[in-house]
Amino acid sequence: MIDLIAQHPIYAALIALGTLSIVFGGILGFAAVKFKVEGDPIVEQLDNLLPQTQCGQCGYPGCKPYAEAIANGDAINKCPPGGQATINTIAALLDVEAPSLDAEHGAELDIPRVAVIREDECIGCTKCIQACPMDAILGAAKQMHTVIADECTGCDLCVEPCPTDCIDMVPLETTLSEWKWNLPEPSKNVAMNLIASDKHPHRAEHGESNKGEAA
Amino acid sequence: MSYNVSSVRKVFDIPGGVHPPESKEQSLQLPLGPVLLPQRVVLPLSQHIGAPAKAIVAVGEKVRTGQLIAEPQGLFSVGLHASISGTVSAIEDRPIPHTSGMNAECIVIESDGLDEWVALDECEDYTALERDALMAKIRTAGLAGMGGAGFPSAIKLNPRADDKIDTLIINGTECEPYITADDTLMREQADAVIQGTLLLAHLLGAPSTVLIGVEDNKPTAITALKKAAAAIEGECNIEIVDFPTKYPSGGEKQLIQILTGIEVGSGDVPASLGIVCHNVGTAVAAWEAVRYGRPLISRITTVVGEALDTQRNIEVRIGTLISEVLEQNGFNADEAARLIMGGPMMGFALQDAGVPIVKTSNCILAPSKQELPEPPPAQACIRCGMCAEACPASLLPQQLFWYSQSEDYDRLQAHNLMDCIECGACSFVCPSNIPLVQYYRASKGAIKQAAVDKQKSDRSRERFEFRQARLDKAEAEKEAKRQARKQAAAEAKKLAAEKKEQELLQPTIAPVAAVPIPAAVDPEAEKAKLERALSSAQNRLDKAHERLDDAEPERRDKMAARVKEAELKVLDAQKKLEQFNTADNNDPVAAAIARAKAKASLPPHAKLTSSIEALKKRMTIAADKLSSAKTEGAATVDALQAGLDKMQGKIAKLQQELIDLGPEPAVEATVKEDTTPDPAAAAIERAKAKAAASANMSPADKLHDQITSIEKRIAKTAEKVAVARAEGSSTADALQLGLDKMTAKLDKARADLGELAPQVQPESAQNVDSAPEPDAASAAIAKAKAKAAATANMLPEEKLRDQIRSMQTRIEKTTVKVTAARAEGSDITDALQLGLDKMTAKLEKAKSELAELSN
Ligand code: SF4
Ligand code: SF4
Ligand code: SF4
Ligand code: SF4
Repeated sequence: MIDLIAQHPIYAALIALGTLSIVFGGILGFAAVKFKVEGDPIVEQLDNLLPQTQCGQCGYPGCKPYAEAIANGDAINKCPPGGQATINTIAALLDVEAPSLDAEHGAELDIPRVAVIREDECIGCTKCIQACPMDAILGAAKQMHTVIADECTGCDLCVEPCPTDCIDMVPLETTLSEWKWNLPEPSKNVAMNLIASDKHPHRAEHGESNKGEAA
Repeated sequence: MSYNVSSVRKVFDIPGGVHPPESKEQSLQLPLGPVLLPQRVVLPLSQHIGAPAKAIVAVGEKVRTGQLIAEPQGLFSVGLHASISGTVSAIEDRPIPHTSGMNAECIVIESDGLDEWVALDECEDYTALERDALMAKIRTAGLAGMGGAGFPSAIKLNPRADDKIDTLIINGTECEPYITADDTLMREQADAVIQGTLLLAHLLGAPSTVLIGVEDNKPTAITALKKAAAAIEGECNIEIVDFPTKYPSGGEKQLIQILTGIEVGSGDVPASLGIVCHNVGTAVAAWEAVRYGRPLISRITTVVGEALDTQRNIEVRIGTLISEVLEQNGFNADEAARLIMGGPMMGFALQDAGVPIVKTSNCILAPSKQELPEPPPAQACIRCGMCAEACPASLLPQQLFWYSQSEDYDRLQAHNLMDCIECGACSFVCPSNIPLVQYYRASKGAIKQAAVDKQKSDRSRERFEFRQARLDKAEAEKEAKRQARKQAAAEAKKLAAEKKEQELLQPTIAPVAAVPIPAAVDPEAEKAKLERALSSAQNRLDKAHERLDDAEPERRDKMAARVKEAELKVLDAQKKLEQFNTADNNDPVAAAIARAKAKASLPPHAKLTSSIEALKKRMTIAADKLSSAKTEGAATVDALQAGLDKMQGKIAKLQQELIDLGPEPAVEATVKEDTTPDPAAAAIERAKAKAAASANMSPADKLHDQITSIEKRIAKTAEKVAVARAEGSSTADALQLGLDKMTAKLDKARADLGELAPQVQPESAQNVDSAPEPDAASAAIAKAKAKAAATANMLPEEKLRDQIRSMQTRIEKTTVKVTAARAEGSDITDALQLGLDKMTAKLEKAKSELAELSN
């Protein structure tokens, strides 16, 4: 046996490789069982990126179902509350081109809103409570209802069922602690980021008008 | 005395840094000047980082200088004191010095010109006091870091138990151009600075190293401090360290690195390295608070800039309006380029001079147009790398700039954007004049916002999932109960069968004791029960009749009502018994239950469809029977006819429901099977359908749609109003209000529609009948539209029938109620009668409409 191996080093190599592959195969198989990932991680990740408004505008009964649908190949631009920012992050996660928001599902609001019940007009019918996916409405039958503004996602679903039409969607005001700086305006000006030598030859004529600025 | 004047401490260098023109001489020519006592002070409730203070005075209240007027809310907050004596004239939103130019809640005090102080609690020897008492003094004095950020000082003096502080650094650097407030403070009140430093050191448990760091461009201040330190009797280990001037050596982390050589890592707080850093202003304020009991009500501010006649440092009461300060220093508004609070590097432009001086206002800069011209427009980044060389935090500003532009927050964080101290050194050196700091501030804001949003969305998810789980659980419980009932019924049947068998086998033996089965439907027992109910109802009816006969005339009405009620009850009981008998006779109970069960387990769609099928089948049979009865001239014709009508009604109703459920099949494919008839899901369905429909609609169509939906809602609400009225319910008004509003909306929508396209009008569904039809094509379109509208409206005829039926039952109910109310002389009789009349009118209307429709 030893002689055979000594004479034909090729056998030695084959045996060594074979043993290695068996060992590693075993380790991999064990790891696959031992470290099995529960659930569908991509769905979890997608769900994490969605805004959790649970408004159903995407056509699914909540954000998780939409996350599942995306994982199964649905378009990623159906969520108006998330808007372009969410589309971009999802596109980055899935490594696809980011489309713009599908207008069919509604428009992105620039200011977040909350529902506010005009309390003296509330008759305590509990209809809005049943519609609220967030459990954000407090009240009991024949008692005045009110919205817990901190929990309301502004999904709009409570407005329609109200028989006295006393729920308003009120834009949230920015308070001092929420105020933040805006990006400086010229950042949107693409020409600003082009140095003359950067300009592509065939774009030169378009850049003509910016010359004065760049000089 | 361990302090050695000649000792030279080794100082270190920081990376980067710049040397902007210092421009400090202008304001140091004149000594510290007082300003007139202001006529009015405006004191923002939030002059610090953390929760705003809470006002504890009321409008109209008299306050004295130094009185606490707003107390801190929680630990991370700072109190506020009246800076003049007078009357609180308002507590309201006023413009405050903030980059946003927004308003915030302020307490406004009108001066009485007296400046009467509250009694101050002086303390000769603070070392005799407990640490807690000392801390309380500092906490109630309203101290917030006076260097710029306004961090509550008491928190910094209260390091976590596991952070052993061995170094106290007092920051007298003041590296920003123009500002000389701390310089002036150190020159004029060097003793107080040294005393304050000793006090802070005492509070921190006497750290081994106590340093006062001053840039070497303030020789006068350094000399004054050294003199003051040398004059202290007894133990004093304060070192006054001077080091080369360089911007921004006054940043906390930068100063620590200069004085100790220790670099505070990304995300670390100095306290975790055993270092605490305070501003000289804070040290003095702490000293005054403890020694003299004086809260923080004034500060030294630099008023500088070529647009002013007098450039100097002033001691000013907190809350004095900046416009007042400027006026007293000869402000030429025409010359001023802008108004800056803070220095030219880190300050911000004020949009309005009507804002007050706050605890953190160290400088008001009013430069002329030549002095600080508007920054030239930004150019493209040429990747020169000068910003990276200037950055004291060793960041890569140009990278951060690119990532900020592309809003790539992950990369920004990976490049430690959060370590940027917003010093502006990078913008200062940038040859392309890019406002880099503004990009960083915006990105930092966006990152923080994203974190907040993430938190909120996580909480939303949790709540949503919890709700879902709760609904599922309720559903499961219901299902379990249903199952239990079914099982019990089956068992009861089995038992009954067994009993029968046994009886057959052993007729002489007494039957086994009945096994008590809760909720078991024993047909026999049930029947007996119903029969009992019927007989007792009949009994009552008889009695009522008797009493009616005996009754005095005035009680007759009441008695009559009772009789009527009793009659209804009897009828009810009879009906129930009948139903039971038929059900019992037709089919074994189990079969019925099985059928019901099968139905229940079907999705709502299939359920409805199958019920409709079944009804239709029954209807055909009934129709057959009817025709045969007719031919035979049997007496049952009428009854059969009535039954047939009823069935028709039922079918119509079910069909309506089916339509209500929506164009299911398409949706069913996408929606998960578990779409329970949960109102939220239903609402989502509706929203979805709406969104889908409105997307490919023209505005006119959308309006139509809106109008239909409003009309629907109006109809619903109108019904509710009627009911509420009839019941004399208190909600009637509210409902009516809602109804009015909806009507207004409807009118508006209609008006909009009219405006939108006059040529569309003739095609509108409402006007189809009356509208002139210009040509065949448009007529066809109109017809198609009408058809669409008809289907959308869910078969008006059926709807009407449905309405009529519901009206009739409601009228019946209300009639009973009215009679009862009348008999009892109740005061809601009128309201009820009104509701009844209205309902009757409505019924008539619906009937006539139906007649019209079927014609
Ligand atoms: S549209 Fe967006 S926020 Fe609304 S349910 Fe769908 S994924 Fe959630
Ligand atoms: S209160 Fe209304 S808008 Fe807010 S989450 Fe609930 S249903 Fe949506
Ligand atoms: S502003 Fe930020 S990035 Fe620019 S130099 Fe200062 S610390 Fe560095
Ligand atoms: S200094 Fe300005 S131009 Fe130079 S690399 Fe930095 S951002 Fe670009």
